[in-house]
Amino acid sequence: MSLLTVEHLTIRFGGLVAVDDVSFAAADRKITAIIGPNGAGKTTVFNCLTGFYKPDVGRMMLSKDGQEWLLERMEGFRISQQAGVARTFQNIRLFPKMTVLENLLVAQHNVLQAASGFSIAGLLGLNSYRTAERAAIELARHWLDRVGMVHLANDEAGSLPYGAQRRLEIARAMCTGPRLLCLDEPAAGLNPAESAALAALVRRIRDEDGVAILLIEHDMSVVMEISDRIVVLDHGRKIAEGTPDQVRDDPEVIRAYLGAAEDEVAS
Amino acid sequence: MDGTKAANALKEAGLAALVALLLAVPLIGFRLTEGLQGLGIETRFDWVAWGVGVVFFGRFGLALTRGSRGDLLGHLPAMPKFPTGTGRTVAGLLLLLAIAMPLLPVADRYMVEIAITVLIYVMLGWGLNIVVGLAGLLDLGYVAFYAVGAYTYALLAINFDMSFWLCLPIAGLFAALFGIILGFPVLRLRGDYLAIVTLGFGEMIRIVLLNWKEFSGGPNGISSIPRPDFFGFPFAREGEPGQTTFHQLFGLEFSPMHRIIFLYYLILVLALLTNWFTLRMRRLPVGRAWEALREDEIACRALGINPTNVKLSAFALGAMFGGFAGAFFATRQGFISPESFSFIESAVILAIVVLGGMGSQMGVVIAAAFLILVPELLRDFSQYRMVLFGMAMVLIMLWRPQGLVAHRAPSARLEAGA
Repeated sequence: MSLLTVEHLTIRFGGLVAVDDVSFAAADRKITAIIGPNGAGKTTVFNCLTGFYKPDVGRMMLSKDGQEWLLERMEGFRISQQAGVARTFQNIRLFPKMTVLENLLVAQHNVLQAASGFSIAGLLGLNSYRTAERAAIELARHWLDRVGMVHLANDEAGSLPYGAQRRLEIARAMCTGPRLLCLDEPAAGLNPAESAALAALVRRIRDEDGVAILLIEHDMSVVMEISDRIVVLDHGRKIAEGTPDQVRDDPEVIRAYLGAAEDEVAS
Repeated sequence: MDGTKAANALKEAGLAALVALLLAVPLIGFRLTEGLQGLGIETRFDWVAWGVGVVFFGRFGLALTRGSRGDLLGHLPAMPKFPTGTGRTVAGLLLLLAIAMPLLPVADRYMVEIAITVLIYVMLGWGLNIVVGLAGLLDLGYVAFYAVGAYTYALLAINFDMSFWLCLPIAGLFAALFGIILGFPVLRLRGDYLAIVTLGFGEMIRIVLLNWKEFSGGPNGISSIPRPDFFGFPFAREGEPGQTTFHQLFGLEFSPMHRIIFLYYLILVLALLTNWFTLRMRRLPVGRAWEALREDEIACRALGINPTNVKLSAFALGAMFGGFAGAFFATRQGFISPESFSFIESAVILAIVVLGGMGSQMGVVIAAAFLILVPELLRDFSQYRMVLFGMAMVLIMLWRPQGLVAHRAPSARLEAGA
């Protein structure tokens, strides 16, 4: 049973068809990678899944434990709040002036907001809110520990080195308690050692936290190593899908990445 | 080496002199005079020559001693670094001073009145700080909520004979309602566009008050607004028959200062309430969401935060404190008219927030004191008052572009160990 089912997804920007009739599925507790050359429409698919764009055609359904959410019908923020789809961004989007810990607490806004009785219990300093806040800080500490950043908790997020900011963004997404985690080029700009650590982190999230992961990545060593399934996009179309080994040997994929030989084009 | 430096300095000075000349000819060079044959024009080119000369040699000297261009900033002393905890100590001392101030022997009526004005602006600054400093929504029409609060109190007190204590929360709620009304159409706007719409909203309120004569008295305003009483005991030499006045209650000699000192403590309490509320909110989820929204709205949405609620709550709560301040203003002045709520008021309040350092509570206090006290102290130089004031603002912004207090205290800390 797949967690996410995307059917006939089509997105147009004016005359440009950015995503053209793409269907794929992402299984629960698996890592599904979306790869493809630049401009293939990968990030557009993400933006659609997380509600920043509305698709022109198509259906995106998330289903787990007998519940179903039709993502294309939901308001942007509810996709994270109710369906539990969290994401990171290609160009990191932290709250730079806030501390690392505050970034993780903002991610738990909905839980804390309910516990604070829409600020009234919080203003009065009631115990119920304090307990909830302590729990939120503990969850934040847990994720800081997982990404190895506990010692940086009180630092300004914007002052962190690049690699730490990437990890913090993943930790922040996980603090929302997601069912599906969408990572948009998490290894971009990381050195090989950091990439390896990232791959290990993503795998642990899949195995220990039971979260499905959708991954856009250009670093093929990371993709081939951790993905359970790969979807290949080119010019907005899906050109291949399968296990890493199947995709690696697929002639369409090789052609998309390396370009067609001239005699092939002629024929 | 030295030759090129002198040549460069000469060039720079020449350029500055040219700019000065272009500005001085129309501004200083001509003067309208009233003669027997009606209006005439007098030329003052000697003044222009003096001005341009001063600019030329001044700039030349500056360029020679300074070495390179454009590092005026390097000559300003750096802001001293305060150890952590200074803020709390300073705040505590200021609070003690604020409580003791009207009882000090040096405090005369004029001083207390000025202090009340400063505190009104501190409160308005703290209120606007929620919207601009925390939520990052540039609001140029904040004075509208101040006006709503003032007119709400004035109209309720005059028409329905309601007491100040009952009107105060109503004025706040009404202003908050207006905050939400303003908030809805501007939900999608940010930055400059938001500023323009809020500016228009502020003007709309003022113009409605100016023109709707039956409702607000139009340009004549509303006069004889009831003064506040001490929880039912009026500040008067003689109460109405059967009524105890404040000075009788405490067995004091009647003095007009009693009411002023009472007003002072009233606004102090209201301002401190605003401060307490804001500081408290900052540590709650809503407050963190405000700041997160200021930092990155897209990330907020991706984390499942409803930006509509967050923005509206900031607008409503900021407006509510503006409304409280407005009700206080009405009862203090006893007279209000649309003139008190012009755009310049919004600009001053915004300047207080920006100058103080966006989001900093302490900064607002310092900036409000500066912006209200400096023009007051400069009264002796009445002609040059605004020039000196403008220069002081320019210097501060050169010196501290992030505002006087740029430090941001985290709303939560992770304790080491455990």
